[in-house]
Amino acid sequence: MSSETQKILSTDGIPLEESLKKAEKKNKIKAFLLVTPLLLFLIITYIVPIADMFSRSIDDKMVTNMLPKTYKAMEQWDGKELPPEEVFEAFYLDYKILVKNKTAGKLQTQLNYEKNGFKSVLKKLARKQKKFEEGNYKEQIMEVHKRWRNVEYWRAIKRRAPAYTYSKYLKGVDMYSNEDGKIVQVAEDRRIHRILWSRTLEVAFFVTLFCFLMAYPIAHLLATLPMKYSNLLMICVLLPFWTSLLVRTASWMILLQQQGIVNDFFVWIGLVADDNRPEMMYNKTGTYVAMTQILLPFMVLPLYSVMKTISPSLMRAGKSLGATPAVAFFKVYFPLTIPGIGAGCLLVFILAIGYYITPALVGGASGTLISNQIAYHMKSTLDWSFASAMGLMLLTGVLVIYWIYNKLVGVDNIKLG
Amino acid sequence: MALPKYTEPHYRIWHYFYLFVCGCVFFFLIAPLFVIFPLSFNAEEFLVFTDGMKRLDPDAFSTRWYKDMVYGTKNPWGLAAKNSFIIAIFATIGSIILGTLAALGLSSRHMPYKGLIMATLISPMIVPLIISGVAIFFFMAKVGLAATHLGIILAHIILGTPFVVITVTATLSGFDHSITRAASSLGSNPFNTFMKITLPLILPGVISGGLFAFVTSFDEVVVVLFLAGLDNTTIPIQMWTGLREQLSPTILAVATCLIVLSVLILLTAELLRRRSERLRGINR
Repeated sequence: MSSETQKILSTDGIPLEESLKKAEKKNKIKAFLLVTPLLLFLIITYIVPIADMFSRSIDDKMVTNMLPKTYKAMEQWDGKELPPEEVFEAFYLDYKILVKNKTAGKLQTQLNYEKNGFKSVLKKLARKQKKFEEGNYKEQIMEVHKRWRNVEYWRAIKRRAPAYTYSKYLKGVDMYSNEDGKIVQVAEDRRIHRILWSRTLEVAFFVTLFCFLMAYPIAHLLATLPMKYSNLLMICVLLPFWTSLLVRTASWMILLQQQGIVNDFFVWIGLVADDNRPEMMYNKTGTYVAMTQILLPFMVLPLYSVMKTISPSLMRAGKSLGATPAVAFFKVYFPLTIPGIGAGCLLVFILAIGYYITPALVGGASGTLISNQIAYHMKSTLDWSFASAMGLMLLTGVLVIYWIYNKLVGVDNIKLG
Repeated sequence: MALPKYTEPHYRIWHYFYLFVCGCVFFFLIAPLFVIFPLSFNAEEFLVFTDGMKRLDPDAFSTRWYKDMVYGTKNPWGLAAKNSFIIAIFATIGSIILGTLAALGLSSRHMPYKGLIMATLISPMIVPLIISGVAIFFFMAKVGLAATHLGIILAHIILGTPFVVITVTATLSGFDHSITRAASSLGSNPFNTFMKITLPLILPGVISGGLFAFVTSFDEVVVVLFLAGLDNTTIPIQMWTGLREQLSPTILAVATCLIVLSVLILLTAELLRRRSERLRGINR
């Protein structure tokens, strides 16, 4: 008998194996179709826009589009000496259109970023160019302002020729590309972004640490108490968890203000003098205290769910074999809780690193974080490409942590409540 | 937790110290919420306990800020509450439908690329809100939905679905698939099987995911700050503005109402969790 004939056939004569495979494939498609609506929705409204932030952050077409003729004429120019007449003519024609459309201001600002003092030169040209005669634009432009004879200014224009730039990313870490195209640091007193990055990391780290130190004992208590008591105490964890973030921030603003209850208490126990109440809000202290309280439930819940699974007999066994309670704890109990610690710490750290509302309200100037800077550029300076660049830098950091989290804990192990 | 009689003294001290620390942490967690409650009944316009309040003088308390919240002239709370509820309700419905479908697919044994897809679906929960806000704002501005209710509802569906996906997937993890097969073998079509068999069993998970989505939307401020125009103001936006500009006791009245709301939601979620565990036969 050959192996062919041994194959088991289903009732309709198709080999069972094939028939099973077919059913399997059908189930696969069915499962995938169920996920498709949400997946498509998220890809269109969320994933693609985030990817689009990248193209926005490197987009530098504004100047390129404003001076199309100039850049075409400049292609031949090597940048060593003053450009030839064609470049001057092309620039005059481009600029004339900009002045006519009243969009010259944008170009002035942009080129001033590139070379200080460009704005006034361009403004003067905008006034004078109306009286220009046809022909020999090089002489006429150079007559308007002597800086037009300086090749540096023409190089500055040429540097803006590429439609893409990574300068926003450099700016995010307080660096820039100087006139020779080298990447250098900005002046020491203007390095604000690095301070913000390090402060964000510092706050996220310490908030995670404080949360861990506070959450561990209470998670342990909740996991070891009899059910009827622990359910009651669990409310203390869950009620803040369900309460509006703004409500909790508001309560901290009331507590920490100079005439607030915390200060009253300090005065009452004699820690500080009544006329010398410390400022506890609008600085880093406020950010630390409020963020720790707000993020604490996110640490307690994963720790609790891990501790709940640890059998108390393990500790008893350790002790009966001669370990002191401390040794039994560190050798037996603590290692078993490490998955929960990892989950809680990473969750809190990820949430803290992107915090916005609480630092903005109780942080003041010395307690704001990188998110506040992103919001500031989105809403106030309208430098959206810079906001996008900073956002993506932050996102990269978070995704790395998320990836580690996924490796260690697995996203499908996240439990809520 | 009573200690056995043979406990050594230093361990006894350590144990009471541990309980004391736990007590302090619980106090730290819950006490700030209770500050708001008495202060919202303050008769004065200050956000501190007045001397009258400390003496429990009835004249020092009043409900004027609650009246101000409801009847106050040019008070935005009415419009904000209406908008908040409309947006949250529609966002919840959207999140539940999309999230439950996706969770059903993800729980299937046959789902390809499960890890990658799960990570994508959960990502709005992990990506910092400020980045989500910026990205969603760019998208909504491009398609002309910025400063519309629909735009905010869609944004909140994005933020709310991960919660539904997580809770429903968790409920489905203990789900016995042979009962749906039994239903099919008895001649029920897939839709009927879902409505009559699957849905009633996973309903606790669906509802608690929906509660998460509702709270997320109702409490969301970062994304709305980017998206909302004057007509789409919500309670969180009004609170945000109020907290930034001037802390008036009216905000505390609103905050008290929000705390009451969260107590109700907490109780519902807790009841649902217990019911779900009972239904799935988990007895702890």
